[in-house]
Amino acid sequence: MSEEREPRATDGRAPDVFHRGAWRPMRCYSDSEEVDFAIVGTGAGGGTLACKLAEAGFSVVALDAGPFWRPLEDFASDEESQHKLYWTDKRVSGGDNPLELGRNNSGKGVGGSTVHFTMVSLRFRPEWFKSRSALGYGADWPVSAEEMWRYYAEVEDALKVAGPVRYPWGPPRGRYPYRAHEVNAAGLVLARGAEALGIKWAPTPLATLSAPRGDAHPCVYRGFCVIGCSTNAKQSVLLTWIPRALDAGAEIRDLAMVARIELDGAGRAREVLYHRDGQLRRQRAKNIVVAGYAIETPRLLFNSACPRFPHGLANSSGLVGKNLMAQSNHAVWGVMEEEVRWYKGPPPMAITEHWNYTDEGKDFAGGYCYMSQGPLPIEWVESVTSGRGLWGAALKEEMAKYIHYAGLKMVGETMPSEDNRVTLAEERDQYGLPVAHVTFSFGDNDKRLYQHALGHMGEALAAAGGREIWHESGTAHLAGTCRMGDAPETSVVNADGRSWDIPNLWICDGSLFPTSGGVNPSLTIQALACRIGDRIRELGRRGEL
Amino acid sequence: MRAPRFPGYNVLDKRDTPSWNEQTRRVVDKRLHEVPPRRFLTPEEWTMLEAISDRIVPQSGPANERVPIAPFVDHKLAEDRSDGFRYADMPDMREAWRRGLAAIDDESRLRFGAPFVELMPGRQDDVLHLVQRGEVRSPRWQGLPPSQFFKSRLVKDIVNVYYAHPKAWNEIGFGGPASPRGYVRLGFDRHDSWEAEERDE
Repeated sequence: MSEEREPRATDGRAPDVFHRGAWRPMRCYSDSEEVDFAIVGTGAGGGTLACKLAEAGFSVVALDAGPFWRPLEDFASDEESQHKLYWTDKRVSGGDNPLELGRNNSGKGVGGSTVHFTMVSLRFRPEWFKSRSALGYGADWPVSAEEMWRYYAEVEDALKVAGPVRYPWGPPRGRYPYRAHEVNAAGLVLARGAEALGIKWAPTPLATLSAPRGDAHPCVYRGFCVIGCSTNAKQSVLLTWIPRALDAGAEIRDLAMVARIELDGAGRAREVLYHRDGQLRRQRAKNIVVAGYAIETPRLLFNSACPRFPHGLANSSGLVGKNLMAQSNHAVWGVMEEEVRWYKGPPPMAITEHWNYTDEGKDFAGGYCYMSQGPLPIEWVESVTSGRGLWGAALKEEMAKYIHYAGLKMVGETMPSEDNRVTLAEERDQYGLPVAHVTFSFGDNDKRLYQHALGHMGEALAAAGGREIWHESGTAHLAGTCRMGDAPETSVVNADGRSWDIPNLWICDGSLFPTSGGVNPSLTIQALACRIGDRIRELGRRGEL
Repeated sequence: MRAPRFPGYNVLDKRDTPSWNEQTRRVVDKRLHEVPPRRFLTPEEWTMLEAISDRIVPQSGPANERVPIAPFVDHKLAEDRSDGFRYADMPDMREAWRRGLAAIDDESRLRFGAPFVELMPGRQDDVLHLVQRGEVRSPRWQGLPPSQFFKSRLVKDIVNVYYAHPKAWNEIGFGGPASPRGYVRLGFDRHDSWEAEERDE
């Protein structure tokens, strides 16, 4: 266990993620040295931004509550033991549809949840950036689709996303940097269904290598993606932005849990208080960026309340913690005549975004995509037991059909609602800090959306040859809680992630999303981080930091 | 359709092949050879958990060839290894298990006049079905929603242990650990020579 409890990135060196047992140099700052940026969190938001800011010449210290893994030697092909990748500190989950937290929507470690994400790398439908004015629901983003399109391309190249030459939906884009992967049988089930119903499908654009890249090998289709890639094919933040950030002089502090942000007498952010190696330490910084995702970001802002800001930092709008969105992640499952063996290859190898780009025939606002699936045994037995209520002999009989099962699972948009939110609970965590209380209920529109998806996916699976079809409800991904916007009254930060209340306090993660969209969020979070990094460099050049 | 079977397939045969890396050998070996001792549950609770596990995941064959369930559930509780949250209407994991076992036992006594472990298996199933459906009478369920406890705690923790075991992987034809060697044949009705062969009996 010691490997997980003792910081590795110390004394001028950090783990070399590309080689077993190896180290690489890392620039280190002392706590008393005032760095340009202290970043809390190293996932899709914080890790990406750390790279961009360091490459722009800023001094950067990025802290993560979890360990700095070397996947080649630390990740086993074993669901049970890889539980170590999730954020499993105490949290309370309530509302009418309480979210299952942990596996599906969190990460604790350098690289954040991208270490175990499904690598699905999708752009937003362009209209979603103006969904209020263009489509009539949700809220507008303060950034334009045209600008985001450029940043999407930057991220896809940074991750060497493998995808089709021509992606069937949305405005034209260049071909993906790496060729698409061969679609497995589970994905071909989706293809059959889509073709039978007359809608388009595509190999899913995935951030896992289809050809060698530097020290990393192509994907070997081992299928354990959601518990961490042990062959380094997955282009997580840990393998992409973090090594670049280190090359550019950033310091990464692993196992560093930030407890609080402290302000100076003028009401500007001055330092972060953090726990590392059994000590409570402080890091001075000219700017502080919170990048802890949709639960930990508002929690830290609340836990940093002070006499000047009794309701938490950056919260004059009262919107911190509100408008939490989880995407509907309902699935249909069915038994195929053929052997499918869906444990092989990345789980979601085929996709259709038909219902993201088609507005006709919908009785709801928003969109959804759906993908093929390949759950590992523990994930699967949890679906079978919770979705069907099976146990005893009936459970074992159902599980024995494992290699014949196929499924389609949606990623569906949910509407922002102020009733869905993160607040503080009475309970405290291992550091004595109040934990997050998460409240989530599907709204009427959300329900119409997933009912539509279940109906359509059920038809598609049946048309593909699926029998004994049943469905399961669920959620995945988080967004919202620190909305970005154009005005201090209606948002927490501006388009640059900069707090309206505290000018040297920034937010850079999925909590910025005004709407969730109907695609997995990681590509958009990274694109936003690239944009924020460029904006900060520009503001610095103009002396406006 | 009839459930497929995989006679002769054993994922452990791949232990010393390129399908298993060192760290995987370490964690699976430990699971197979270092069954944790009882630390959290009382002996009575432990016995009851064993009886419940037999109903949730029935196993045939001699006792020493079965997947041990209670030791690993107890280990999780002793380590307080949380899922990452508790439902607002549920106590935390340890308390849920303590109170849930006591409530199931009380339910058995109320309904069938005997502690759970003394009931016939069919009767034990009756008790578990009542709990699953939330049709309970014991006052011990106060503050512990029975259906929620059954689904998100009791069944989940038990099946998680069972399906983390190579025996369970063999039963369902799962390829088991695969790193650095993954798979080559991905299409319908295709499998590599190091995968389970499905045979119609």
